[in-house]
Amino acid sequence: MSIKWKDYKITGFYDEIIRRAGQPREIARPLCKYLSSLKDSELEDLKSAADLSIHTMGITFTVYSQEGGSIDRTWPFDIIPRIIPKSEWDHIEAGLKQRVQALNMFIDDLYHEQKVLKDNIVPEEILAKSKNFRPECVNIDPPLGIWAHICGSDLVRDKDGKVYVLEDNLRVPSGVSYMLENRLVMKRVFPELFENFSIVPLDEYPSQLYNCLASISPRPMERPEVVVLTPGIYNSAYFEHAYLAQQMGAELVEGSDLMVGDDDCVYMRTIEGPERVDVIYRRIDDLFLDPEAFNPDSMLGVRGLLRAWMKGNVALANAPGAGVADDKVVYAFVPKIIKYYLDQDPIIPNVPTYLCMDKKERDFVINNLDKLVVKPANESGGYGMLIGPQATQKEREKFARLIRKDPRNYIGQPLLKLSTTPTLVNNGVEPRHVDLRPFVLTGQEVTVTNGGLTRVALRKGSTVVNSSQGGGSKDTWIVDEEIA
Amino acid sequence: MSMLSRVAEHIYWMARYIERAENMARLVNVNTGLQLDLPKAVRSGWAPLIAITGSKEIYEDLYKDFEERSVVKFIIGDTNNPSSILTALSSARENARTIRDIIPRETWEQVNELFLLAKTQLPAGLSQRRRYGYLKSIILGAQQITGLLAGTMTHDFGYDFLRLARNLERADMTSRIIDVRSASLLPHGPDLLQPFESIQWMSVLKSLTAYQMYRRQMQTSVRRALVLKFLLQDVQFPRSFYHCISEAEACLKNLPHNDIPLRTITQLQRVVSERDTDTMTPQELHEFIDDLQLALANVHDQIRANYFALPETETAVAAN
Repeated sequence: MSIKWKDYKITGFYDEIIRRAGQPREIARPLCKYLSSLKDSELEDLKSAADLSIHTMGITFTVYSQEGGSIDRTWPFDIIPRIIPKSEWDHIEAGLKQRVQALNMFIDDLYHEQKVLKDNIVPEEILAKSKNFRPECVNIDPPLGIWAHICGSDLVRDKDGKVYVLEDNLRVPSGVSYMLENRLVMKRVFPELFENFSIVPLDEYPSQLYNCLASISPRPMERPEVVVLTPGIYNSAYFEHAYLAQQMGAELVEGSDLMVGDDDCVYMRTIEGPERVDVIYRRIDDLFLDPEAFNPDSMLGVRGLLRAWMKGNVALANAPGAGVADDKVVYAFVPKIIKYYLDQDPIIPNVPTYLCMDKKERDFVINNLDKLVVKPANESGGYGMLIGPQATQKEREKFARLIRKDPRNYIGQPLLKLSTTPTLVNNGVEPRHVDLRPFVLTGQEVTVTNGGLTRVALRKGSTVVNSSQGGGSKDTWIVDEEIA
Repeated sequence: MSMLSRVAEHIYWMARYIERAENMARLVNVNTGLQLDLPKAVRSGWAPLIAITGSKEIYEDLYKDFEERSVVKFIIGDTNNPSSILTALSSARENARTIRDIIPRETWEQVNELFLLAKTQLPAGLSQRRRYGYLKSIILGAQQITGLLAGTMTHDFGYDFLRLARNLERADMTSRIIDVRSASLLPHGPDLLQPFESIQWMSVLKSLTAYQMYRRQMQTSVRRALVLKFLLQDVQFPRSFYHCISEAEACLKNLPHNDIPLRTITQLQRVVSERDTDTMTPQELHEFIDDLQLALANVHDQIRANYFALPETETAVAAN
């Protein structure tokens, strides 16, 4: 079954690697040549080597079971990388920086003068019904005026080959540890490929993250105390929390490890007594951060944390309330937001989006439910969504009712034809749909990961890339064609 | 790096539970051997094990008799017993799980595997014929973890907590084993047991893998006073009470603001080493052991208060 690119069928989607049957894109030629030179047994060996690395490196997501022995499940990893030419990536990177800069200005404005509302760029109604707007944060000035320090934007490529932003994750985006570990696995398994390609390295991320976090410390010092706040071992992303803490040389803490003193500073409980904490990279949602300010039943948070943050005694990344811009309705306005704050045209376009709060667009959505995807404004992970073309008449009717009842909470988008990329299956390679999640760090400097996490829907025809629903991941190569 | 109180506490309990599982396995093994060596009339039976482990109350709630079957099941695999091998390994695993990023990876895997072995092979542990092999693999598994940690974990504060915990647990079990043997001598008249006394004390030594070391050190036959001297006061044998608390003392010395527990443990060292073991009656021995256990419990409470249970309230921070 060794790989024959002639048999690779492209069926109406843009393929990242193969232009036409038997014809790899320029940038991917050495890779395709190398792969097709492999015998079945060699291919099998490479796959096993990758699986073994993943196992021994302990790259997992957590599925907890009291009885069972297997607590961590490895996330399926496909050894065929996805390649993006550096020239294209430079353009995307500029677009991401532009986007995150504008989003940060937007959030800061919402918690201060709200000029963007007064100037009628974004309707006031959006704020009134926002689930993630935190009135507690009004008039707070976080360090450097930054709210979203770590942003993960999901990018997709449609069948025209154009890259779009699908959503911006400004709360607690995850996945970066898989991106880093995937690269390590690939280097172990395909050292010869790395010699022949000039692949832009990734490994700076943990130190960039540390620098970003250190740059917002309220106490200016060489090595402020930075901690990663995790909900604990039962969280599915615990591996990542522990991984990032280790890589940064920061302490991994749970809510019960921290306390807020009489002086409104945050301390961690150590065997030597309380130690002051400067920056918290929190991987807990806003509402669980502080039982005093938000959900009183939260066992995960730290009593008084918001108070300490408001006084400027500790920095939180991302800042509470940053999620206000992580809303699919706000998303629709991002191109206008970029124009308003930066006076620039957006470098990466949005997916066309119909807002149900607008009567005309709502009617259009309701009349075209069989063609559109409908998403609620504040859910993530694909929950509460309608994929019109695949839904039953009954489901569509239900969504029509939901939309009429709460128009502000829904948007409609055309069903994108996600690009594909060759993926190893039982008997050779087949196209599978992918997306891409790059991470943008904003502190004293703005940095973008070189590429990001490519998620792949391993089931044939599926476009669902989530780890919990049959998704896997791939290494993403940004390849410098000038040097290559 | 600073050491979080929570992390220190998990390391401490992981180590105690692993040591406890090992000790329980030793305990069952040695009692099995002892029963076979004694004539029926003077067999101490299995009830002393329940007394040793201080679990009389829970036991009597759950079982009607002190038959071998019941006692062995209670000590090896009853999850209602907080100190059973299975519960101890399960607790060790839960503690290890939350500090997976602190302890070497192989250690976590080994702790996990040992628990799974104890659980899946439990029927072997409960069968009279296969019990020895089961218990041996528990003991070796625990020793392997100890060895892995010694060879792969940075010898920092975390390692001090680990050794501290292991030695406190070990000292506790050594004292319990001595206690039970002395107690089991009581109900019978001395005449009847006289010929078997040395067998009994030999079994005490064997339960602690101390027989061979005793012979080398004491260069004499097994005699109560000397066994007690060896198990309570020997400076070099790793399971002697004195040695264990000296190890604990050494660990405490490395830790910050250690004065309170350190003082208690130094006192304890003096009390143990100065005691004359020649003339102790069984009753005196029993009382002495009680004192030792009380002192160990004090050390534990002080460690807890000092390092794990840091102030919940905000005022405590200001006081710092």
